[in-house]
Amino acid sequence: MTFEKILFYVFATILVLSATMVITRRDPVHSALFLVLAFFTSAILWMLLEAEFLAIVLVLVYVGAVMVLFLFVVMMLDTDLAATRAGFVKMLPVGLVVAGAMAFEMFLVVGPRYFGLDKFAMPAPHPADYSNTEELGEVLYTVYMYPVEIASVILLVGIIAAIGLTLRKRPGNKSIDPAIQVKVTKGSDRIRVVKMASELKQEAK
Amino acid sequence: MIALSDYLILGAILFSLSVAGIFLNRKNIIIILMCVELMLLAVNMNFIAFSRFLDDSAGQVFVFFILTVAAAEAAIGLAILIVLFRNRRTINVADLDTLKG
Repeated sequence: MTFEKILFYVFATILVLSATMVITRRDPVHSALFLVLAFFTSAILWMLLEAEFLAIVLVLVYVGAVMVLFLFVVMMLDTDLAATRAGFVKMLPVGLVVAGAMAFEMFLVVGPRYFGLDKFAMPAPHPADYSNTEELGEVLYTVYMYPVEIASVILLVGIIAAIGLTLRKRPGNKSIDPAIQVKVTKGSDRIRVVKMASELKQEAK
Repeated sequence: MIALSDYLILGAILFSLSVAGIFLNRKNIIIILMCVELMLLAVNMNFIAFSRFLDDSAGQVFVFFILTVAAAEAAIGLAILIVLFRNRRTINVADLDTLKG
């Protein structure tokens, strides 16, 4: 049993346990925090697979952005925990049976019989000066140029949709309208000349 | 040595756990969204394992795009959730029966 194998089993155990916690915790905040642990652990497993760029991206994008968004939303919404928890025990046997059957079926297909070490040998580790980011960058900006552009458009659509859905006009908003602001004419809109009689100097008291 | 099947079985367990999570928490839409994220993670694990063992970077490029789409999906999903909560004051799936007729 090599050191890498021990590492794999330790992190795989943590990953499966934290995934179990995600689906069984009563409080959604706890679930979100365990999901952070699950993402972080899989990033480490991806490091073992020498996919360094994606491991870092998973931590930055998922743990850093998506999960923080989840936590914001979970804390902002006032959820009725008892009502959302209804039917948990009733569905437990069904869920376990379906999940168990699915895991067993997938084990039959992807188990060591077809994907073991004798079928797919462990590839040699990359040399020390190998850069995973460089390799991915080279294919992303040449072969996969159009998919990258489509992905950027998808992100843009995501931004616009998220803003458009949640934007609302509040009454009594004091924000200024730049269009009206630049429409003023130079003299009459800005100063007002008031005719008045001259006043006598006030006596000092 | 870690075999390819170890990673694939880990991905299968993760996927089954998130399917079970959708069954168990079918009243709580936030946890369902989290389970969908967990499913995508299980799929990504398979892609990266195959990319390593077949020595082909196409798998990693695919994971890159899955991450992009998943980020957009999470943002829009949570925005819809917030609008829903603003209008109905609830996110309980059982209360969302406007389209039932």
